Amino acid sequence: MSPLGADETRELVTGWGRASSSAAHVVPVRSGDELDRLVAGARSSAMPILARGLGRSYGDAAQCAGGIVLDVTSLDRVVDADFDSGVLTVEAGLSIDALLRRVAPLGWFVPVTPGTAQVTVGGAIAADVHGKNHHRDGAFGRYVDSLTLVGAQGRVELSPTRQPDLFWATVGGMGLTGVIARATLRLRPIETSFMLVDTDRSVDLEDCMAQLAAHDDRYRYSVAWVDCVAQGRHLGRSVLSRGDHASLVDLPTALLSRELSYAPRTRLDVPFTPPASLVRHATIAAWNELWYRKAPAHRSGELQSMSSFFYPLDAVARWNRLYGPRGFTQYQFVVPFGEEATIRRVIELLQARHLAPSLAVLKRFGEGDAAPLSFPMQGWTLALDLPLGGSGVAAALDALDELVVSAHGRVYLAKDGRLEGDRLRAMYPRLGEWLEVRRRMDPDEMFVSDLWRRMGANAL
Amino acid sequence: MNDVTGMPQTVVVLGGSSDLAHAVLRRLALRRLETLVLAGRDRSSLSAAAEQFRRLGVHVAEAVHFDALETGRHESFAEDVASRFGALDLVLVATGVLGTGDLAVLDAAQVAGSIETNFSGPAAALIAFAKIMRRQGHGQIVVLSSFAGVRIRRQNFVYGSAKAGLDGFSQGLADVLAGSGVRVMIVRPGFVATKMTAGAAPLPFAVSADDVAAAVVRGLERRADVVWVPGILRLVGAAARCVPRWLWRRLPG
Repeated sequence: MSPLGADETRELVTGWGRASSSAAHVVPVRSGDELDRLVAGARSSAMPILARGLGRSYGDAAQCAGGIVLDVTSLDRVVDADFDSGVLTVEAGLSIDALLRRVAPLGWFVPVTPGTAQVTVGGAIAADVHGKNHHRDGAFGRYVDSLTLVGAQGRVELSPTRQPDLFWATVGGMGLTGVIARATLRLRPIETSFMLVDTDRSVDLEDCMAQLAAHDDRYRYSVAWVDCVAQGRHLGRSVLSRGDHASLVDLPTALLSRELSYAPRTRLDVPFTPPASLVRHATIAAWNELWYRKAPAHRSGELQSMSSFFYPLDAVARWNRLYGPRGFTQYQFVVPFGEEATIRRVIELLQARHLAPSLAVLKRFGEGDAAPLSFPMQGWTLALDLPLGGSGVAAALDALDELVVSAHGRVYLAKDGRLEGDRLRAMYPRLGEWLEVRRRMDPDEMFVSDLWRRMGANAL
Repeated sequence: MNDVTGMPQTVVVLGGSSDLAHAVLRRLALRRLETLVLAGRDRSSLSAAAEQFRRLGVHVAEAVHFDALETGRHESFAEDVASRFGALDLVLVATGVLGTGDLAVLDAAQVAGSIETNFSGPAAALIAFAKIMRRQGHGQIVVLSSFAGVRIRRQNFVYGSAKAGLDGFSQGLADVLAGSGVRVMIVRPGFVATKMTAGAAPLPFAVSADDVAAAVVRGLERRADVVWVPGILRLVGAAARCVPRWLWRRLPG
């Protein structure tokens, strides 16, 4: 173990939004034994510690100022695999991308995937990630049969039946209960690596929400890209993308020889950070117009590859650099059904303050799961990318928090970089329950993130 | 912690009586400010100010003794503040005494005191805080410099030169702290009507304390290195530096 404590061995660690950063000792973990030793070492030297995967959380959830950040991305072995039942045990540093490259050609897919494959299995569990199919299939945690956690009390195996309170505190627990070392996942069988997709346009927000509500039961995957810059009667005009896995019968003969091929390539890269953000109001407005016009008003039964349906942004490596040195943040919230008006109010508020989200995605959620700190709950979720660097974003997001809290909704911690501890309490009614379990699991608070400190940690 | 929009939760002000500092704090209190340490010499006025900030919603606001001239105590002072108040998100350097440029009035002790209050005292304290923040792995330092340090005017040359020194020190400190998670922002306001400038005639491009505060908060959101208030002073400063000396010393004001 390298000598820790010397400032020279520290690195700046930041989130995907590249907006706030802090310095920590970043230690790569190469084996399960090394993981156990590092955690035990941190405990005996009272150093704060946190696991970090591929750093796709937008804010400071995977940072630990002045502490130890464990880079677990090398813990990526497939430990055990049953390709008849689709149950795999993997080390938690394995990325969804690497997992899919192995299992898709064998006819298996992840039951839930976020909008990028560049997240680790451990990160997916810690954030209880959701995808375009939450309204039907729930979140990632539902498909974890068991997990191995290296916590303050050493290595322990958790599952919904084995210490369920500890298990569900770890699902969605943002890494604050310990380091997820391994997980056993149940995969979904697929016949092809293609998707059958219907694309539709909506004239405004209400039309979009009506279409989603009316037809979500017909589609496994459903999402709407929303134009938040268009005003007046076009407010919230959208492109809806809905579909399901294609069966063999859906494929033309030409594709039958490679029906399960899955080898996406990154085609572009952003090799350096431009000196100013390329994403600004004018470019967003222009892009939105182009994107909306280019989309078909109605197209059904189109074949798309899985990688372009699920991971369009992964085709451009390091795309977050396009936001320049100031970076960006994402504000994702959910409000229950019945609070549809809040979605419009949020868009109108941002427009009134001349803040243009560079990307806005709307989905419907089904019932949440048993994890007290899990984000998804039944209702509407809107995710907004917002460039930073202009003034007024802080105040605007505080105003959005008020709208969300009044509507009994909440904000997603995996995207967050500025929520207040008081608001967290209001948004997550089961926070007290989660805190109680966490205090049992980690009484000395050795697992800490910048996000957690920002929330007020012990004061909560 | 400072959040992704640059807003701090815990702030320490060196020179806690400063009008500019108070204007900045009033704006930060609208965001995330929860813990405030006002460090200065006038205990009673600092306590009154602390009470005002508590009424604005700052949970913990305390007045502590700090004299920029007591350089021998700065290290222990900084450690004491850190141990009492936890992680220091933002340290604001707001000490400043305008003094005079009148040779008839100046003497050695005055000059030494002025330079120490405006430059060497706060610089020494800043080093102590910078080391603590570097250990923390995160932090933001904001230094109230001045346009007066950009091109020295004879009317306030002691103040101006001291600010020039503090300004240069802050630039070097920012370079040294690069990559440590600690950032330094230098604020260069023009003329502001405050307690410090009471009695002095206002100059062109004068701004209010709240203008400076707004610019500071914008600078924090933008993670700026240097903030000029008003912004046009950046160009005015560049032009001022080009004026030949024989002309500069003849300029009125």
